[in-house]
Amino acid sequence: MAKPSFVYVTYIATTPEKVWQAFVDTDVMRQYWVGPTADCARVNVSDWKPGSKWEHQHSDDARAVDIVGKVVESTPPRRLVFTWARPKDAEDDSKHSRVAIDIEPHGDGLVRLTVTHEDLERDPLMLAGISGGWPKVLSNLKTLLETGRALPRSASAT
Amino acid sequence: MDIDKVFKALADPSRRRLLDLLHRENGQTLTALCEHMDMTRQAVTQHLQQLEDANLVAIVWQGREKLHYLNPVPLHEIHERWIEKFERSRLGALRDLKKRLEGDDDGKT
Repeated sequence: MAKPSFVYVTYIATTPEKVWQAFVDTDVMRQYWVGPTADCARVNVSDWKPGSKWEHQHSDDARAVDIVGKVVESTPPRRLVFTWARPKDAEDDSKHSRVAIDIEPHGDGLVRLTVTHEDLERDPLMLAGISGGWPKVLSNLKTLLETGRALPRSASAT
Repeated sequence: MDIDKVFKALADPSRRRLLDLLHRENGQTLTALCEHMDMTRQAVTQHLQQLEDANLVAIVWQGREKLHYLNPVPLHEIHERWIEKFERSRLGALRDLKKRLEGDDDGKT
């Protein structure tokens, strides 16, 4: 395993199944996955089977694609691993970084959610964008699952 | 997560220094961090443990190496709690101005 570029951890009062659903179900995703410019929410579209492709799409009618990749591992409701690249680098595996989502029960009705992003060092621009993005996405997800409240003030309304 | 733990962890200058070190270079070992800390290895271990308990530091094991990562998620939650979206660009401009005037690139205390 390469040394991760970033590790994000949050504890959410919910079940592993609900966290898993939040990462594979676009209806849930559009309620918390804010884009970097907060213009509209983002959704990750795939059948989430190992080897399948996935796309990070704008959730409006135009469905612009920001990020693409391939599903590496899919073990509901515990672990989802996928690669991450710009659309122009879709076929060049050497330009893909790698994201692992780990979902573990933590006792007392808590779930420990860990997002690990590897192999970003060679792409400083992507690294800068992502380091701001994940914390926002994870804290929105926590709010949604714990309170049922969707994206505050921005994205989901447009 | 207990927000009191986060503020308590942040209240100590040595622990803030450890977070600064990880912010500069993420994923360091205890030994690497100790090189920049003027205290015993045991004291650094205790500070790191408190940061880990507050979820400000996340651990990744790589073989036998324990790597420490700055976990900004609790800080982001604090930020979201008190700073409205429309204030961000003005706050960013103010911070840039302060940095320029003070000639300080990190604003550390």
